[in-house]
Amino acid sequence: MTELCSVIRCGVICEADYTGSRIEHADVCGTGMKGGDMKYIIKKLTTTAATVLIVSFLVFLAFSVIPGDPALSRLGTQATPEALSALREEMGLNRPLIVRYGDWLISFVRGDMGESYSYHMPVQSMILEKIPITLTLTVMSFLMMALISVPLGIYCAKHRDQFADRFIYTLNQVIMAVPPFFMGLLITWLFGLIFRLFTPGGYISYTKSVSGFLYYLIFPAVAIALPKCAMTAKLLRTSLLDEMKKDYVRTAYSRGNHTNGVLYRHVLKNALIPVVTFMGMALGDMLAGSIIVEQVFKIPGLGRILLTSISNRDYPVVQAVIVLIAAWVIAINCLVDIIYKIVDPRIEE
Amino acid sequence: MKKKNWNLLIGGLLSGIMLLFIVVGFFYTPCSPEAMDNAAKFAGVSAKHLMGCDHFGRDIFSRILKGCGNTFIVAFGTVLIGTLCGIFLGAFTGYYGGVLDEILMRVNDAVFAFPSILLALVFVSLFGGGKYNIILALGIAFVPSFARIVRSEFIRCKNMDYVKSARLMGAGDLRIMFVHILPNVMPVLVSSVLIGFNNAVLAEAGMSYLGIGVQPPEASLGRMLSEAQSYLFSKPSMAFLPGLMIVLLVLGFSLMSEGLKRER
Repeated sequence: MTELCSVIRCGVICEADYTGSRIEHADVCGTGMKGGDMKYIIKKLTTTAATVLIVSFLVFLAFSVIPGDPALSRLGTQATPEALSALREEMGLNRPLIVRYGDWLISFVRGDMGESYSYHMPVQSMILEKIPITLTLTVMSFLMMALISVPLGIYCAKHRDQFADRFIYTLNQVIMAVPPFFMGLLITWLFGLIFRLFTPGGYISYTKSVSGFLYYLIFPAVAIALPKCAMTAKLLRTSLLDEMKKDYVRTAYSRGNHTNGVLYRHVLKNALIPVVTFMGMALGDMLAGSIIVEQVFKIPGLGRILLTSISNRDYPVVQAVIVLIAAWVIAINCLVDIIYKIVDPRIEE
Repeated sequence: MKKKNWNLLIGGLLSGIMLLFIVVGFFYTPCSPEAMDNAAKFAGVSAKHLMGCDHFGRDIFSRILKGCGNTFIVAFGTVLIGTLCGIFLGAFTGYYGGVLDEILMRVNDAVFAFPSILLALVFVSLFGGGKYNIILALGIAFVPSFARIVRSEFIRCKNMDYVKSARLMGAGDLRIMFVHILPNVMPVLVSSVLIGFNNAVLAEAGMSYLGIGVQPPEASLGRMLSEAQSYLFSKPSMAFLPGLMIVLLVLGFSLMSEGLKRER
């Protein structure tokens, strides 16, 4: 059963494939409840913490075994051997890997993320001011996705096989095929250059004007949200139609309920379950996707700093940003699992 | 009467045309995709330049032909690595289970929790960009999802009657795994492979857009888009055409996988 449940969470591959057959598994899994919710939540939190630890260790390991000496890249090639070995001692590069990892983790959690090689300033001060930008962008696109896709999915399911449904279905298929950064370019061209609703590249910092900041972010948020929106609407439509075929729906109708009553009071709740999971995964994807879209709209967020650090080989910054984003994605996945469990107590762990 | 499977039909047709395009691009392009011609900067549509020229006077049509080919190579390589490793990992862990399964699946989970773009970025920052590094990076990022699908299918199949009877007839584990069970996993796998291919195309385009995928002067659709961005106002077709190619490529395969799912 656990295996089948885990199939449901097959993100990368099943994003668009996330229909029919997968949903059936949710029902297969619903063989009754084992243990309390609390126990499940605690177990989930533990495995999540373990995953974060594994991921952070892997990232740390990757950046420790790279060819190249951090001491050398900090001092430059003209450094004397004495200065190098002194700095190595100071940076603790001579100690075993696992000890260094422990130290790094503890200081990371405390908010000390090391020092940037290229800017010679603490990483946390470089990153902290970028977090709200990327976070706002992601949350905005998530809200857009949820607000557009749910009504759209319901509408399509209600008007199944009519012209509007067919039209939206086709449109969704096309939109799903548009990469977010190309969507960003199209939006820049249409709204920025033709309609002149915003100045492309004219990002306004939130310290200057909050409304200007939010207004500018609307456009990249649409670019990130639209493809996900199409997927979610399609998934919800399929999920709703599958649910409509079930016995309890017939019973609800036979008791004299109207279509809307059955739909909103009975069906929607069940049909939303797989959609919630998908939205959770989409939130993680959106965060990663914003790295690219930030480039299109020239927004100085986490993605921008990550890419400049990669080209500068500024490993402490790269490492910190990657661990941060990965931890955030894993945390969201955990949250989704917990919500999933609360919404649908039939799910076994 | 059976309803016509429009998805499969249109998807197949679209993919067929795109593949033809790509194959032609491998052997023949009207102009050299890297040749710059100062006189032809931003040239419009003409018989010589079917889609005009870019800011270096390079023929856009030739670049698109070559770029599609590069994107296809990366996506194909990625899916190949992902599928082959995924099949092996999934088959062994699903069939045997046990401690190895548990460990591999935890590592799998950890890799899976990583958005594929992020994993590719880590890889690129460690080993540098370029076509082949991107294939490797994306390939690794794709392994867990394929492994999961194959594993769960193997778990479903391993106690079925036909497997038991094969075992009674004395078939070895390897034979059961790859001759008996694997063909039954194929239908599920094929549609995942098509979607995986799409994700790879999108990821490659994204990587090249960021400038860490296919390296210049080689043509790539993502790179063309990022170059076109500065001329979005004066020559929007420079961005639209490569973008449209990505959309058509992805659309064809996604329609096909949709259609195949209905056939099943």
